[in-house]
Amino acid sequence: MPVILATDVLVWLLVLAAAGYGLYCRRQPHLAAAWQRVFRSPAAMASSVALVFFLGVALLDSLHYRPALDTRPGEQKAYGTEVRSVLDLPLADLRGNTEKTYSAPLAMVSYAKEQVELPNGKMGREFPRLRFGGSHLKDASEWAGDVTRRVLAGFAASVLLFIMAALVIRRLGKRRPEIPWNAALAAVGGLLFVTGPAVALSLCYHVLGTDKVGQDVLYLALKSVRTSVVIGTLTTIVLLPVGIALGIMAGYFRGWVDDVIQYVYTTLNSIPGVLLIAASVLMVQVYVDTHPDLFQTAAQRADFRLLMLCIIMGLTSWTGLTRVLRGETLKLSQLEYVQAAHAFGVRQPRILARHILPNVAHIVIITLALDFSGFVLAEAVLSYIGVGVDPSTNSFGTIINAARLEMSREPVVWWTLATAFTFMFVLVLAANLFADAARDGFDPRVRV
Amino acid sequence: MFAYIVRRLLYAIPILVGVNLLTFALFFVVNTPDDMARMQLGAKRVTPEAIEKWKAERGYDLPLVWNSNEKFFLDKATKTIFVQKSAKLFLFDFGYSEDKRDIAGEITTRMWPSLALQVPVFFIGLAVCITFALLMAVFRASYLDVWGVVLCVAMMAISMLFYIIGGQYLFSKVLHLVPISGYQGGGDAFKFLILPVAIGVIAGIGGASRLYRTLFLEEMAKDFVRTARAKGLSERVVLFRHVLRNALIPILTGVVVAIPFLFLGSLLQESFFGIPGLGSYTIEAIQAQDFAVLRAMVFIGAVLYILALIATDISYTVADPRVRLQ
Repeated sequence: MPVILATDVLVWLLVLAAAGYGLYCRRQPHLAAAWQRVFRSPAAMASSVALVFFLGVALLDSLHYRPALDTRPGEQKAYGTEVRSVLDLPLADLRGNTEKTYSAPLAMVSYAKEQVELPNGKMGREFPRLRFGGSHLKDASEWAGDVTRRVLAGFAASVLLFIMAALVIRRLGKRRPEIPWNAALAAVGGLLFVTGPAVALSLCYHVLGTDKVGQDVLYLALKSVRTSVVIGTLTTIVLLPVGIALGIMAGYFRGWVDDVIQYVYTTLNSIPGVLLIAASVLMVQVYVDTHPDLFQTAAQRADFRLLMLCIIMGLTSWTGLTRVLRGETLKLSQLEYVQAAHAFGVRQPRILARHILPNVAHIVIITLALDFSGFVLAEAVLSYIGVGVDPSTNSFGTIINAARLEMSREPVVWWTLATAFTFMFVLVLAANLFADAARDGFDPRVRV
Repeated sequence: MFAYIVRRLLYAIPILVGVNLLTFALFFVVNTPDDMARMQLGAKRVTPEAIEKWKAERGYDLPLVWNSNEKFFLDKATKTIFVQKSAKLFLFDFGYSEDKRDIAGEITTRMWPSLALQVPVFFIGLAVCITFALLMAVFRASYLDVWGVVLCVAMMAISMLFYIIGGQYLFSKVLHLVPISGYQGGGDAFKFLILPVAIGVIAGIGGASRLYRTLFLEEMAKDFVRTARAKGLSERVVLFRHVLRNALIPILTGVVVAIPFLFLGSLLQESFFGIPGLGSYTIEAIQAQDFAVLRAMVFIGAVLYILALIATDISYTVADPRVRLQ
């Protein structure tokens, strides 16, 4: 039975909107030229490969359903209360094969000694074998050979896929020689050579280990991607209309409108963002706790909190965009063509829509791209403080929060934190590089 | 300049009123005191009497904005939650926290560890970033510049949490150079503060150095720099008297924008390193859902922000004698 969560709808709507914008750009020569400038940067091509990968994971993870329970024929169909996503289908093994507690990456025995019965009948302390990791091996001597074989097999598959990708990209390169396809190919290669062996190993091992309750860390990290992407993108949906409308109005109408808008954003700005977010999230929490009947499942409750977090972060961070747009609109409204439109008796809404808005669109695009990574990083910090997403939602913040004491335990459990930070690093780095390219491509000052 | 500062301070009043109205709306209108009581008392089955008692103890049993039970007009207007809880913030009367301690007293004692942490982070960070950026700009297009920018971009993508957790692990747990966490006043504070300060500085390097480098390069391309060189001024004079001085204005503007982030950074650092400052106080309040403390911190944060804005304007006059505050 499909479950439609609010954030799913919005994410898919956003994808549709982006597609629509893409079609619109194709018909507008100046926009098409700007995007071509963006994609002429090797960094943009490489980072967009990574971003497409993360986006794909997030989109698959945004189609939710409740699995049907086993029922005898003739009985009415029943559905489980647990909400899963399409992403869980290929990852079913990772999800299902849990251990008792911590196990190191690729381990076949548990990370800590346990009281077990020895073959000779006595009790002793030993590292017990894992339920899933390396369970097909007879003893530890086979481990190295098996891992090497699997890595090599994974590599072989990657090489095959890479050659296919290279052929496709060479075709594309002939049609569009100005775009640095080699950078994209390098990124695809990097992605394939990491995922190939990882997939091959994940069939029989926990590639990145397991966490305290024995969940596969790779699975947790992949599920966390959606939260990051949702927060990075949905927050901007809230931020954009407010930021654009107020910024343009303040710059165009000036006078008291400008005064009021400036007053509002100075007031909002003067409250430290994290405090405002914390206060608002706590209020949402109170609301959720006092209205338990609004949500059918735990997933819906967690989703509501995620959506509210996006809205709150959006409502507290539109001020930057507004300030920049106000300045730019002030400048634009003095230019001759706007004055001329005014003199011809063009109505104000029309001037705003036809003459001002398209000319500040580049600022909006740049802000969108720059803000994304900021929101992803902020989510981790907020979840760490306890005012981020619901503790039951998978996110990098909740992973880090759950693992906060692992570095001080003996022996150290490093893999959960390392995984969360690496995933975040790659996502944010890719977003930053893309944002830089977008800024260079759209900034009118750097036009050649 | 005095008149300017006074005017700016007066201008702060409507902003603080706005902040106050916003917090009032957030804390008392969106969710009523009854909701808060239910949340604090925890259990689902809370008796109405317990809620009334909780509210009475904390003075939340008054009407929100208009008390029609009182006889006199003045009492009708002032014996309300708005005046007692929100407007009193203006007198720096913050009331009591959930554990019945005076919030104003807590803030004055906790202020000093926070300052001891943030002031060095601010100034050392600024010095380090400017030096690094200046080096990259001077040796532009060299290996130093290219790899410097790559380093900055990479550092910008690393979460603050990583610096803290990694730094704590490396320097405290593996190398045993500094205590993992804790705090002591006086001279002992140094060994507790050195790691958090270093982490605060390092976490800020990426973004700031990269921005400053761009600013320096912009200044270096200007005509007056060429003229200065043509006059035969030494490279040192050109760099420090012409380039740095002129780039200071945008740098100062950016530094103020960073002050709220300094606050955020110190939230994390203080809670990880166990420094009893305002940041850890805020985190404890958030986790205990102590709304009285949060209200006070929001108000203080806003006051600090406005003061910082005025300080920036004054610093403009120091950096650039052409700027006059009127």
